[in-house]
Amino acid sequence: MTAATDALAPSTLRRGASRTGARIALDIVFSVVLFVGTIVGVLALVTLIWTILDNGWERLVADPAAFLTSYVSRFPARAGLKAALVGSAYLMVLTALFCFPVGVGAAVYLEEFAPRNRVTNFVEANIANLAGVPSVVYGLLGLGIFVRFLQMGPSLLAGALTLAVMSLPVIIVAAREAIRAVPQSIRLGAYALGATKWQTVRRQVLPAALPGTMTGTILALSRAIGETAPLLVIGLPIVIFSLPNDLRDPVSALPLLIFDWTSRPQPAFAAAAAAASIVLLALLLAMNAVAIFLRNRYTIRW
Amino acid sequence: MASTPPELSITRRKARTGERLIVNALFVCAVLSVAVTVGIIAVLLVDTVEFFRESSLFEFLTGTVWAPGQGAGVDGLYGVWPLINGTLMIGVGSIVVGLPLGVLTAIYLSEYASPRVRRVLKPTLEILAGIPTVVVGFFALQFITPDLLRPIFGADRVFIFNAAAGSIAVGLMILPIIASISEDAMRAVPSSLREAAFGLGSTKRQVSLRVVVPAALSGIAASVILAFSRAVGETMAVTIAAGNSPKMTLNYFESIQTLTASIAQTVNGEVAAGTVRYNALFALGMTLFLMTLAMNLISARIVRRYRQVYS
Repeated sequence: MTAATDALAPSTLRRGASRTGARIALDIVFSVVLFVGTIVGVLALVTLIWTILDNGWERLVADPAAFLTSYVSRFPARAGLKAALVGSAYLMVLTALFCFPVGVGAAVYLEEFAPRNRVTNFVEANIANLAGVPSVVYGLLGLGIFVRFLQMGPSLLAGALTLAVMSLPVIIVAAREAIRAVPQSIRLGAYALGATKWQTVRRQVLPAALPGTMTGTILALSRAIGETAPLLVIGLPIVIFSLPNDLRDPVSALPLLIFDWTSRPQPAFAAAAAAASIVLLALLLAMNAVAIFLRNRYTIRW
Repeated sequence: MASTPPELSITRRKARTGERLIVNALFVCAVLSVAVTVGIIAVLLVDTVEFFRESSLFEFLTGTVWAPGQGAGVDGLYGVWPLINGTLMIGVGSIVVGLPLGVLTAIYLSEYASPRVRRVLKPTLEILAGIPTVVVGFFALQFITPDLLRPIFGADRVFIFNAAAGSIAVGLMILPIIASISEDAMRAVPSSLREAAFGLGSTKRQVSLRVVVPAALSGIAASVILAFSRAVGETMAVTIAAGNSPKMTLNYFESIQTLTASIAQTVNGEVAAGTVRYNALFALGMTLFLMTLAMNLISARIVRRYRQVYS
């Protein structure tokens, strides 16, 4: 740096200016390296989004209505998202229906009722491990139990159950954090008014924890809806020309379609895959926006 | 934490049956998660046993050729090492990409960034973590290989499907994991340690590298193992970008195949249930499950054992 800074640094009194200068120079280099290292991640994200837009925007805006409401086709120009989009929507709603009650129930038990014993510790360790199981293994679980053993076939029901099982540990963790954030004074106040334990949980703790739980659930669902591997493993179809009327009907899903189009050699399918990716990213962005809105609007600061 | 209501009632009331039923129902919800684990192990075990009834366990564990046949009999070679090789290449490669970037990001966020910059950077990393893996795979295939690797290393050396593109793609996916867990560990280092170092005349760089990073080392190590486990379990990006050719190579510009990609390829090819190749799926799933389980347990243990307790 400049001579002025050197003169001000206390160590110049004994060690001389050169060492301090080197130290300061190294500090500047280090902060530049840190900044560059951080920016690389951001740049990668920007490049990724730009690549998707660059490849898919034209295809998407050429005829958005036709793209969203046509079934798949051998001809990339005519292929559309209809079955995949509707399938993903059905899967999302059913997955939420399956895993939200169970996840919140488990979280309430572990936070409010569980005794401190070996069983509880085991359940907690087990949930932590489940969160680290690869999604493709959940697919094998779905294939073995739902598709084959319970004979659901590659259906809407089997797909939603598989995604629900996969999302369960994430929702339990989120709901536990939300419940833990409710201060003890609320519970004690309820007890003092004569409420039983369950009444306290039902009427005080759960409503207070709801925004946090909903936020966590939506984030877990947005991850589930972007998952490809489990749905691929349980054998959900990609080429399908009907919408499901029944839980046992086969459905497709948006990520499956993107995978299929990405694997095809024709460049026109790559454009379609990018266009479908834009739709998927927009969907996820909307879900995240709702989650953030819920968090900011309804979370109670104690 | 379970909180018990203060037991002040003078007359002992009978516990309400309705309430007890509810608690039991909640207990069942919690235990369902254990059932999921049991289900995973049972499903994997049943067909893995079936697989090894027809194919040799010794060959699976020592064989260096993975060339599954299509029929019912054992007409293919089922040596798992090419797939382990591919999986480890992606794991190591993605750590090489994700670790430096993740730790630099963590130091920047924890020690250097102003609150305003943090408010922008943290959600950006969350968005990166939330991009579906299939989209990241598309990005690797359409950008990383043709526009990044090939111009630098030459189109004749870099295959269209290659381990390097898969590693970079997965590295970007694990970057947010390493960054956020490491940053949490760094922020948990008490500021008194920093202030003491500043008081002794250290610069910000010296405080970061000689005080904060060493104190947060267990957290950083745990994040890396967890990230490695994620990289090993990643399916779509490597299936799309790294290819489907199981082989014993260390050349990152060649096409390889990971355990997960092999599973994806098998199910995508509509293999009939009951064949050896179909059962091989579950043997691969078991291998993958055990690998990731071991790493998750190690990561959790490091966090527990080496967590510095500052009071």
